[in-house]
Amino acid sequence: MKLRSLGILFASALSIAAGVMPANAEKIVISNWDGYMPKDMAEKFKAETGIDLEVAVHATNEEIMGKVTASGGQGFDVLFVSSPFAEALNQLGLLSPIDAAKIPNLSNLYPEATQLKHDPGNTFSVPYSWGTTGLCYRSDLVKAEPTSWNDLLNPSDDLKGKITMLATDRWLMAAGFLANGMSVNTTDQASLDKVRDQLVATKKSLLAYDDTTFYSKLVSGEASLVHAWDGWCNYGIAENDKIKYVVPKEGSDLWVDTMVITKASANPEGAAKFINFVLKAENGKWVAENIMYKTPNKAGMDSLDKATLEKYPNMAIAPADLLKFEQLRDLGAGMKAFSKTVSEIMAAK
Amino acid sequence: MPRFLTVHLGATYAFLYMPILVLMVLSFNKAGLPTAWGGFSLEWYGKLATNPKILASAWNSVIVACVSTAIATTIGTLLALGVERSKPSAARDALLFAPMIIPDIVLAIALLSFFTLVKFTLGLQSIILAHVVFNIAFVCAVVRARLKSFDWSLTEASRDLGAGAFTTFWRITLPLILPAVIAAALLAFTLSVDEFIIAYFTAGAGQSSTTLPMQIYAMIRFGVTPEINAMATIVMLVSFVLVLTAQRLNRGRIPGA
Amino acid sequence: MAPGLIWLTALMIVPCLLIFVLAFYERGIYGGVDWSILTSENIRRAADWLYVSVFIDSARIAGIATLIALLIGYPAAFAIARAPERLQTPLLFMAILPFWTNYLIRTYAWIVLLNPAGLINGALIHLGIISEPLPILYNEFAVILGLVYNYTPFVVLAIYSSLQRLDPSYAEASRDLGASAFTTFVRIILPLTASGVAAGAVFVFVLSIGNFVTPDLLGGGKLQMIGNLIYDQFLTARDWPFGATLSGLLIALMMLALTAQALAAGRARGEHA
Repeated sequence: MKLRSLGILFASALSIAAGVMPANAEKIVISNWDGYMPKDMAEKFKAETGIDLEVAVHATNEEIMGKVTASGGQGFDVLFVSSPFAEALNQLGLLSPIDAAKIPNLSNLYPEATQLKHDPGNTFSVPYSWGTTGLCYRSDLVKAEPTSWNDLLNPSDDLKGKITMLATDRWLMAAGFLANGMSVNTTDQASLDKVRDQLVATKKSLLAYDDTTFYSKLVSGEASLVHAWDGWCNYGIAENDKIKYVVPKEGSDLWVDTMVITKASANPEGAAKFINFVLKAENGKWVAENIMYKTPNKAGMDSLDKATLEKYPNMAIAPADLLKFEQLRDLGAGMKAFSKTVSEIMAAK
Repeated sequence: MPRFLTVHLGATYAFLYMPILVLMVLSFNKAGLPTAWGGFSLEWYGKLATNPKILASAWNSVIVACVSTAIATTIGTLLALGVERSKPSAARDALLFAPMIIPDIVLAIALLSFFTLVKFTLGLQSIILAHVVFNIAFVCAVVRARLKSFDWSLTEASRDLGAGAFTTFWRITLPLILPAVIAAALLAFTLSVDEFIIAYFTAGAGQSSTTLPMQIYAMIRFGVTPEINAMATIVMLVSFVLVLTAQRLNRGRIPGA
Repeated sequence: MAPGLIWLTALMIVPCLLIFVLAFYERGIYGGVDWSILTSENIRRAADWLYVSVFIDSARIAGIATLIALLIGYPAAFAIARAPERLQTPLLFMAILPFWTNYLIRTYAWIVLLNPAGLINGALIHLGIISEPLPILYNEFAVILGLVYNYTPFVVLAIYSSLQRLDPSYAEASRDLGASAFTTFVRIILPLTASGVAAGAVFVFVLSIGNFVTPDLLGGGKLQMIGNLIYDQFLTARDWPFGATLSGLLIALMMLALTAQALAAGRARGEHA
């Protein structure tokens, strides 16, 4: 027993050493992907508002979602998550409403960015970046330039074993839905079965399911054609100018990464100040220039260098065109059937 | 030692170190992607030196691993001694197997829900508490494997000669089982230093309780750069030097550990 | 004994009960838990052949990995235990050191080694042993290799700790009495180290069956193991009740196997005593 209490004593001593902040300093805690915002954001934010910014990192939407669901979001003020997750968090009652009066820089957004289907009028989420999902390929390794989702799903013989698809459930299925002209939010059993059969057939021609390193597989030549988010395809383009991106003729989904304020936030005022700070034009510009994602920040996009848009043509897709694509939405009660279908594909041999 | 055993041991080390050599080489690769060699460069070591996030999270991992190993090794060894000396119990054995079997994600969510419920402050301390849970089981299993062939008459003799329980443990039992305890501690440290999911869920919100695996996984989306390989290379070299030094210091001191 | 049992009860049994009780409720529409319906629906869902086949497949892959890890780890542990005393601890450290680097980057390093244009295929082609690259990445082979690689050191540690006190005079006596090296090993050494082998086998098997990173990265996501399935239920499908059900079934099956094995081992020892 002695040893145990000693251990706990040691552990708590450590926590005091590691975690204590000056009691009176105002602070907010955010959770984001690493490298998804300027490195000096904390210093600049502190200089402008006097608020300490503490940054936690998450690897995936799924993880931060799980963590916030289990803990009620305790300890976090602002989260960066993709729109279907923002929607679910809101439905679960874990988010605070966005008070537009406290975030004047919302005016920097394109008008289109305030009309997003998952949250018209930005009532609980503020968009940070957005884009499409399509085909990223080595123009020097494919016989014909791909134009359709079917070029991925029913690959020609020379592409067999040279293609990858995104592993994340919603985007994986979206490729099949779009190829069949269905909604990316389809949950009826007959459509699920049809797409499942198609994707199981595609699996035999697949090099791998990959949603992290697909662009490096293109650079190395391991793969010739990959299912990709436009921003990530740009990392490949940066390494090799033979890499190109196309939105298939059947269309894409519109993905949106958003910022949300937790209901558990100890400092919702500070959280609003932070979102307002992020919406400054310079931060939007940083996102576009450094991680090569499109941002709904009009002021930021307008200040972009022409050369960037020429090198990465998908960055120039107009907001009005983006809005033609359907967003992934939380599937609600349809999720059970959807998930089982995905498991069937993943377990298929 | 038969020749084939020596050859086998050499081949096993070659297998274990093959990917390590690759990642060490890649830490000197000018190119950021592991797929192409862009020339020799120390650039990533420079970047690492100025990346406080990676360095701080590596330090956090060392703290978590050391403290949880120390606690789990102590508790797990005592537990093994207790279990092996008492009547076999299927229920107790099941309890001791459980932490190894429970999927990480279940323990992760369970502990976070529990800590939230009892309002325990999250931070390195909660990661340590969580890592001790599974490490107790692994330590206990290793030490129990050793105790199966333990000659308990030695401890009885010691007690008969008037030594107290503590003296007997310290002077007789521990020296005899020390190699197993060291093996168990190595296992616990290794499991803890590389554990991701449970650490992620039980960590507090903020950089101060981000461990190295959490930091590395969070980098996936925008590229895991060779800075991480540089970090791993340094960890390897430092550990290597520590082991060699310890071995030199011990030479001749312990006539049979 | 008390601190350990208290620790496990307070920080494992109690928290996990919070999760396992979910198995009897419904997933909420947006991923929470619907506490209004007490149901056995999740058990019925788990009985689907889809999940049963994933269980069987995972057990097969974990079983193969365990066997190979034992075949590599046992002689290695044996060699370490036969080395001069002062070298034993450093040798053990050397076996475990590679695993103080990160799982993710070790796995990426394997991808560099195994891919069609990678070092292994390149070397084999260069040597003229093969003409076409071997398909050794993004398949079951790569997954098993990854599991064996990451868990062999644990086998070495477990077996070494049981071997270390093996009195060489037993083996010498056996040889003196005319037994062959093989007979000596099978009849004398192996039984004396059975507890270490069992512990090592349990480590590899349970860690493999719960692993989800290796199937994702080295298997190219094309293999679904029980670890992936459970992880996905909790985080991707956000169906905690069903995740709890699958985990509960996994734990129950493993417990049955392990306690049966422990009881059998205990009985065997009892007879010999």
